[in-house]
Amino acid sequence: MIKYMWAAYIVTWLVHLGYLGFLTSKASKIRKEAEELRRN
Amino acid sequence: MKLKLTFFALVTLGLLSYALYMALVVAPTEATMGDVQRIFYYHVPSAWMAFLCFFINAIASIWYLAKRSQTADAIAVSAAEVGVVFCTIVLLTGPIWARPVWGIWWTWDARLTSTLVLWLIYIAYLILRRFSTSGRAPVLAATLAVFGFFDVPFVYLSIRIFRTQHPQPVIAGGEGSGLDPTMAKAFLWNMIAFTFYGLLVMWMRYRLELAERSIEEAHAEKALQEGA
Repeated sequence: MIKYMWAAYIVTWLVHLGYLGFLTSKASKIRKEAEELRRN
Repeated sequence: MKLKLTFFALVTLGLLSYALYMALVVAPTEATMGDVQRIFYYHVPSAWMAFLCFFINAIASIWYLAKRSQTADAIAVSAAEVGVVFCTIVLLTGPIWARPVWGIWWTWDARLTSTLVLWLIYIAYLILRRFSTSGRAPVLAATLAVFGFFDVPFVYLSIRIFRTQHPQPVIAGGEGSGLDPTMAKAFLWNMIAFTFYGLLVMWMRYRLELAERSIEEAHAEKALQEGA
């Protein structure tokens, strides 16, 4: 029974961390684009 | 602004850690289901956050339809995206909880089906936002969001209206419902922690949306200048 509990907790944080990773990569892409715009 | 965000993030991290401690250590083991019942402390707050995000999305969509405000549009898309993340968690943790308790991963009862429909509505909303090349996409998406939100009260009330495999409400479910005081405390801390976390992520996503739009505008201006 306890393995299901751990599975649910791990899945929850994997989804959240995946989304935070997506936001981080989006932020760095935006930062790069902003720098490029400033340079040109 | 960065200092505020860091402070908010640190408070949220503290709350999430304490809530996890409450859920795994302090809350007593439920008599019938055992430890698997502790999924409740993540499953229900995630559902609450999904509902809150979709509510914010609906309000922002109405605001956008009425005023064509870009701020409202940015809030709407941020709230929908974060809402989908939480709704995905509900749809994943639910079956993980159901398997040992009901003996099945999924059943097409009113609560589960309406939650899946809710998820699909907001996936459709995000796809429309992402891939539509029409300039009317924000208006169409806002209209979809306003009508799509009607599924939220249906999801909430489904276990009260229909006979479902999903359990009857534990909180505010009438006679015989309710939680052990220690369980209620753990549940409350998780509700607070996930609300903070959801709002923090929504804020971060909103700021990114604004930054992305200002870059798009700068690109458009540059293209105009080069064309002139």
